[in-house]
Amino acid sequence: MSGLAAGIRLSMYNKKVVILEKHTISGGLNSYYSRGKRKFDVGLHALTNFVDPTQRGRPFNKLMKQLRIPYEEFKLSPQNYSLIQFPDKKLKFNNDINLLVEEVQLNFPHEIDGFMGLLTHIKNFNEVDLSNELVMAKVVVKNFIKDESLIEMIFCPLLIYGSAWENDMDFSQFVIMFKSIFLEGFSRPTGGVRTIIDLLLKRFEECGGELRFKSEVTRIISAKEKVVGVEVNGAEIIECDHILSSMGLPETFAVLDQEPAELHRVGNLSFTESILITDKKPKELGIDATIIFYNNRPQYLYQKPTSLFDSESAVVCFPNNFTHDDYAEGVLRVTNIANYELWKQQLLLSKDLYKESKNEVYQQTVKILKNCGLNSQYEVLFKDIFTPTTIQRYTGHFGGTVYGSTDKSRTGKTKIEGLYICGTDQGFLGIVGSMLSGISMANLHVLSSTL
Amino acid sequence: MLTNEEVRTKVLDIIADIALDDDVTGIKDEVALREQLDLDSMDFLDIVMELKKRHKIEVPQEDYTRLASMQSCVEYLAPKFNAQA
Repeated sequence: MSGLAAGIRLSMYNKKVVILEKHTISGGLNSYYSRGKRKFDVGLHALTNFVDPTQRGRPFNKLMKQLRIPYEEFKLSPQNYSLIQFPDKKLKFNNDINLLVEEVQLNFPHEIDGFMGLLTHIKNFNEVDLSNELVMAKVVVKNFIKDESLIEMIFCPLLIYGSAWENDMDFSQFVIMFKSIFLEGFSRPTGGVRTIIDLLLKRFEECGGELRFKSEVTRIISAKEKVVGVEVNGAEIIECDHILSSMGLPETFAVLDQEPAELHRVGNLSFTESILITDKKPKELGIDATIIFYNNRPQYLYQKPTSLFDSESAVVCFPNNFTHDDYAEGVLRVTNIANYELWKQQLLLSKDLYKESKNEVYQQTVKILKNCGLNSQYEVLFKDIFTPTTIQRYTGHFGGTVYGSTDKSRTGKTKIEGLYICGTDQGFLGIVGSMLSGISMANLHVLSSTL
Repeated sequence: MLTNEEVRTKVLDIIADIALDDDVTGIKDEVALREQLDLDSMDFLDIVMELKKRHKIEVPQEDYTRLASMQSCVEYLAPKFNAQA
């Protein structure tokens, strides 16, 4: 997605661009697939950064302007509300921050002043300043809030919707996430992630860009610390001056034709997800929340589990529960943090064992749905479970990571002239972040320098 | 020779495409564009690039401030348009 956004910007200004896509479908970590007549989104639970089109200068509006895609074409419908559900407390929030403020007041009256102070600090903070120093977010938040359980609840959605680090994140990232989720909020484009990808593809084509599917970059060719071209599918060579890589940092350096002077860590966080198609919609089964951030422990453990997956915490998404519902059936999605190596091991040992483990994920999914208050009077018409190895296979991200490496290249620069990083490893998060990343890297490193 | 009004129209066409969601019909010529429209530095870069793409007019970085208001745009760009004619 960051690659498509970058491609649009560059071809808009008459640069000769080719996008090389390894897969047969665009989108990378946010994509879709079909089974029978049904279409499934992967990645996107919700689009963050929801804004009223009249509000100026917000990330989503900026994005639309830079790509010249009218805002209305996304046909966004906002969430009903979402829920952070811990063992003894629940916090509701929607796209109006006042609901969360009321919920904090109600559940943590002793912390309301601290929470308001944090809110002011966040609103005044410039999170996209590339010169911000790295400070861990929990250290900053503890200056405002003392109650551990409120801290855990606030961090829960922000961590699982975008942190490559375990249990904490850089404060700038925290502010990006806080603003995009709590201050702006969730929505869903009509038609799901496919609508976004189709709009980007159409725009790229209008601008005269070229896109090749099933074209894997197998080598980045350099000479004298400067980019000279890429090798595609182990055969064809394409010469070029600039490469914007959305493969990820470690993945990009793995195909570079020289010994890396810098090593990048592969992130620890991957996921399993169960998608259930049901005969009844969640509303008929007693749930009108859009997303439930479920945690069954006093503390929220956002870390690689020592088992195949962590069934004690999950993100439960009900795509029917946006204001506009274009599904004919009920759709339930449950995402758990998972351990890539253990899944890989299972797959190597035996396919049957792997299948059995997938079934265990499904059993826990049903249990989690029940714990979220879903009435069990439904029939499952179809189910699909994907694992960290599935993510690895389709996206090429080492370790099946969804939020990339714990090393980010904020400026997008590498030691090789002409080679730049965009997408999740440049450090902007989510769908909106990935598009912003592509746009700003194209502007900064290619368009400004060749004016 | 392009009149100032014609130059203004050409600039306005560019701004209208960049500031998709803004109404550009009521722009006041003497007031900074930034104060009237939702434009940031990335958008000013786009104005510069559109001038180059559509009209082959180059604006060096040190002259970006000359694009601040519609009036200063016309003053600065009219000679450049007419140098081409």
